[in-house]
Amino acid sequence: MTSQNTLFEKIWQSHLVVQELDSPAVLYIDMHLIHEVTSPQAFNGLREKGLKVRRPDLTLATMDHSTPTKDLLLTSIDESGLKQLQQMETNCQEFDIPLYDLDHPQRGIVHVIGPELGRTQPGMTIVCGDSHTSTHGAFGALAFGIGTSEVEHVLATQSLLQYRPKTMCVEFSGHLPKGVTAKDLILALIKEIGVGGGAGYVLEYTGEVIRALDMEARMTLCNMTIEAGARAGLVAPDNTTFEYLKNRPFAPHGSAWDQALAQWRTLQTDPSATYDKKVSLDTSAITPMITYGTSPDMGVLINSPVPDPEAEPDPTRRAALRKALNYMGLTPGQALIGQKVDVVFLGSCTNGRITDLRAAASLLRDRKIAPGLRMLVVPGSASVRRQAEEEGLDNIFLASGAEWRYPGCSMCLAMNGDQLSPGQYAISTSNRNFEGRQGSGGRTFLASPLTAAASAISGKITDPRTLMV
Amino acid sequence: MQIFHTLQSIVISLPHDDVDTDQIIPAQYLKVTDKKGLANGLFAGWRYLSSGKIDPDFPLNNPHYRDAQILLAGGNFGCGSSREHAPWALVQWGIRAVISTSFADIFRINALKNGLLPIEVETRVHKLLIETIKDNPSLEVTVDLPAQLLSMPDGIQTKFPIDPFSKKCLVEGIDPMAYLLNHLDQIAAFENKQVPADL
Repeated sequence: MTSQNTLFEKIWQSHLVVQELDSPAVLYIDMHLIHEVTSPQAFNGLREKGLKVRRPDLTLATMDHSTPTKDLLLTSIDESGLKQLQQMETNCQEFDIPLYDLDHPQRGIVHVIGPELGRTQPGMTIVCGDSHTSTHGAFGALAFGIGTSEVEHVLATQSLLQYRPKTMCVEFSGHLPKGVTAKDLILALIKEIGVGGGAGYVLEYTGEVIRALDMEARMTLCNMTIEAGARAGLVAPDNTTFEYLKNRPFAPHGSAWDQALAQWRTLQTDPSATYDKKVSLDTSAITPMITYGTSPDMGVLINSPVPDPEAEPDPTRRAALRKALNYMGLTPGQALIGQKVDVVFLGSCTNGRITDLRAAASLLRDRKIAPGLRMLVVPGSASVRRQAEEEGLDNIFLASGAEWRYPGCSMCLAMNGDQLSPGQYAISTSNRNFEGRQGSGGRTFLASPLTAAASAISGKITDPRTLMV
Repeated sequence: MQIFHTLQSIVISLPHDDVDTDQIIPAQYLKVTDKKGLANGLFAGWRYLSSGKIDPDFPLNNPHYRDAQILLAGGNFGCGSSREHAPWALVQWGIRAVISTSFADIFRINALKNGLLPIEVETRVHKLLIETIKDNPSLEVTVDLPAQLLSMPDGIQTKFPIDPFSKKCLVEGIDPMAYLLNHLDQIAAFENKQVPADL
């Protein structure tokens, strides 16, 4: 019998340049994404060492974190943000890297444009100085976040020093109940295994539920894999993947497409291959999920009450829950349904794609958001924005009272001025509910676009199923 | 990279689990194009009151700990964002080692590249350290990286793991980039045998 390998092992083996005793592997990187926040110090390092960018052609640069979303005017951001954008332009010019700058028709959040352009392809190794690089694992690519020192390594050598992670199979079985999306699946998984549960592992998502997900849902799932502490998430490519990629600008064309397809079809975990760990989740019992705390694993089924820290047997966990509820201003045992919300943020690399906007618009059509509530709709990319406008979604959002914004990371991490005020409650389709993440003192409930839209209408946390026909 | 050999210091205790890199340094402090001034943002959400004044109850603001070089943290320290600004800020403030039961993967990798030693200890040792330091905030512990030993003054010692490559880089002050640059021939050979991508 030939050797049996997992999908992860196949990608790892095919990118191994050198593996010496007592040293990390030298792993070749097929695509390096860079943005303005985590790359400037890496370029400084290159200059200090007199190094060049080895493969500008395998490097894709964009601006997303510090960029304005109210308009595209540089006067809309502060001086330090502006300096980062200008530095990015200088760096890309000097090192000959293609830059999807503010005026580029295909710019957007780095993890939205990579797939959109067809740059993200099965079997690749993809890195970025951004933890949500795990998003690209949806295509069966090994994709993970790196620090700025490593950004410098990849710029200079197109390679990275890596220890081989372990593998975990996460099987989703059952069916997707009404109102349950990929966002709810990943929040349920993180609740189950914890924010450190995936540490040291690459997760491969398997099962009938995953096969039925479209590419954008798979991206949502892989995106938040980092929130379980995992190195990366993977979904083996299938016809859904290939259909998505076909005819994208950077996807192979003609006979190269056929060759690529033949190779991509081999990117499956072999039937007798073994993982270091296996986890199974029956999705039939999952409902829309929402977080109540300050860590993505503090999540519950939306109709559940806020947990009581005193019922938690582990003292460290008990202390963490107390601290989280204190920050969130929530009472143990209170229902989450009906909790007042001040702001709704629809966007981010987690849920800022066209299907996310369509889902939210399906509930907001012919409805108004609650008086006094602020809703920001921030498309993940310029292409998503255009597509939404072609479909008239912008009019639905605007008529409902929401703000229709330009693409960027925006309120997900509140670097560009889009932020919560202290004490405000937000339902956010982004990925992190950490203290102060969306603005100092801001309080975040993470949920799906459906739940966010339903809650925008009532001004309170609302089960989207009550509005779904 | 700054050489790491041995270290003797009092310990700042901040043993909450799952301290994410947004807490270590909030995003508003990332709007820089160099590495300067990041210590100002270290634990900013916890160090400063909403008025902007420092919170005297937060351990980092206690003058007793101003010269402390060791942080005793909770499990899964450094989870979340990949920002290397987190170890930069810690190092700039003066921290050279973080003790915990576990570290988030990216944080550990970033720390090791900046002369910041992540020391992973068993839960039993971790609990003992928390209790001992609570009773005696002036207790000094010793880190011996070549021997991979963490020692308390009463003679209690524990061995901690580190991969041989990172240890060598820290002890000898080697930039890991040098290792990659030494393998450029192999990297070129690898590129040459790849089927050219049809982009």
